[in-house]
Amino acid sequence: MEPLLKVENLRIELKTRAGVAPVIDDLSFELGHGESISFVGESGCGKSMTALAIMGLLPEGIGRVASGRILFDGEDLTVVSDRRLRDIRGNEISMIFQEPMTSLNPVYTVGEQIAEVLRAHQNLGQKAAWAMATELLDAVRIPNPGRRINDYPFQMSGGQRQRVMIAIALACKPKILIADEPTTALDVTVQAQIFDLLRDLRRQTGTSIIMITHDMGAVAEMAERMIVMYAGRKAEEGPVADIIAHARHPYTRGLISCVPHIVANLTDAREELTEIPGIVPGLGEFGQDRCLFSARCPQVTDKCRKARPETAIFGGRQASACWHAEEV
Amino acid sequence: MSDETFHTPVEKARSPLAEAWEMFRQNHLAMVGLGLLILIVLGAIFGPILYPTDPYEMVWAPFSPPGAEGFLLGTDYLGRDILAQLLNGARVTLIIGLAAAFVTVVIGITIGAMAGFYGGAVEEFLMRFTEFFQVLPTLLFSMVIVSLFGASLPMITFAIGVVSWTAVARITRAEFLRIREMDYVMASRASGAPGLKLMFTVILPNSLPPIIVQSALMVGSAILFEAGLSFLGLTDPNVVSWGQIIGSNRQYILEAGYTVTIPGLAIFITVLAISLVGDGLNDALNPKLRKR
Repeated sequence: MEPLLKVENLRIELKTRAGVAPVIDDLSFELGHGESISFVGESGCGKSMTALAIMGLLPEGIGRVASGRILFDGEDLTVVSDRRLRDIRGNEISMIFQEPMTSLNPVYTVGEQIAEVLRAHQNLGQKAAWAMATELLDAVRIPNPGRRINDYPFQMSGGQRQRVMIAIALACKPKILIADEPTTALDVTVQAQIFDLLRDLRRQTGTSIIMITHDMGAVAEMAERMIVMYAGRKAEEGPVADIIAHARHPYTRGLISCVPHIVANLTDAREELTEIPGIVPGLGEFGQDRCLFSARCPQVTDKCRKARPETAIFGGRQASACWHAEEV
Repeated sequence: MSDETFHTPVEKARSPLAEAWEMFRQNHLAMVGLGLLILIVLGAIFGPILYPTDPYEMVWAPFSPPGAEGFLLGTDYLGRDILAQLLNGARVTLIIGLAAAFVTVVIGITIGAMAGFYGGAVEEFLMRFTEFFQVLPTLLFSMVIVSLFGASLPMITFAIGVVSWTAVARITRAEFLRIREMDYVMASRASGAPGLKLMFTVILPNSLPPIIVQSALMVGSAILFEAGLSFLGLTDPNVVSWGQIIGSNRQYILEAGYTVTIPGLAIFITVLAISLVGDGLNDALNPKLRKR
């Protein structure tokens, strides 16, 4: 079966003061019907740019799709009209953002904001949209939805606001939900609740989810497959379980070893907690013909500094863009 | 767990509007201004009904000083009752002030919103256009409009509006530039809102506070403007407004000073009240300025 979303050789260029930089450099991936994938990587690796490109929301005048295709149900989103894109946004592909505190419009009640999407995309009347909005608030487990629907965003907590955002995003039963670090701004306990909610809603609606995060724990909890991004390139891709069991890219390995493991007994030996030295290169260095991770890599060799690594495939499912993937 | 347990902490959150009113109420000067303004508006609405003397009719000998012969504020050079003129003129003056401010806001918001929202060449063009209007000598320009197209009230209102919209346009543009980058605007885009909807239902309502403040102050300056034009004789002589009272009596300023002083005071108090309310609104609606 054709995948729901197929991104082919996507290259996104950003205009910077120093010139044009490829924030996304030759990225390809697929998302199946009902599948959940995760994009992982540090800040500035191009995760959010990928999401915005799919939504057709790259910063105007600054970012553009330079080459490649984004095929959604066979339709290339990089060339469709603005009108068609607006139809798709919020209806067939929707998105939730990192900051629930500022992602809701402060001057409208949450009910109005949910009903608005339904009216715009589903041609529902005022009454039907309102009834549906109440149901959605109930579905995202906001207690007493009939009353809370008249609340303004300032009357809600961060977790509740993120639930409202999820209600808005799922209102039109989209085929794809893009969640850009949906829990980064929330308390740990609330994070768990939001993940539970997303998992349950996914089971009920069959929506495919693209989750962007830098939290390996969230990945393990939410996704079947993961794509590790580094400096605008795909470093590694594969099933979450396989990658956590045996990462084939030193960067992935570094990310995994950054996550503390809880041990049952405090006196037990813990796995050493390491960090990846250095930082993500600046935009100016993106796109060079070498392994961009080489400056931080513990296994670096001359080859890494001279040529961009080719992708090595393992077991037909796991792919790593590293010259030394075999040895990792 | 009952619903009530969920609700208790939430009910305490106050709406931004309630908070703004609380701020405004604690500002004594603003409250004084508001009180004065309410009195003036009530006077304009009910005054002519409660004091039905015809403002255009000669009721007594000209130049009767205030208090004499039973006319509280005296009579003007044609023997017309100044109190009656003042009460009737209040309607015209306030209506011109509000209407001119309205024209200002409509032009200003349209131009500012388009400049701030679309950016690029559109913004460049619209802002140069605004600057062109900004450097025109305002009084002179409005005099030209009024003398070319006739001194009717709508034309005077239009003339005032056309020369004073630039401040509103600049404020609107600045707010649009700021709000455009907000997360909720991105979220609205992501749910498929088209440009016009973003402009007028998402960004505009959130940019309103400073625009409201500016428009309130605009009413005051429009009243002053009208008075200036009237003083120069550029007004409809058949309609009594405060500026027109001053204008028609200005030749007698030395013999009967009260004929110009009284409407002058009325303008002064009204504009002061509007400024006080405007300042109060500014403090209440822009919490960031308040803390300075």
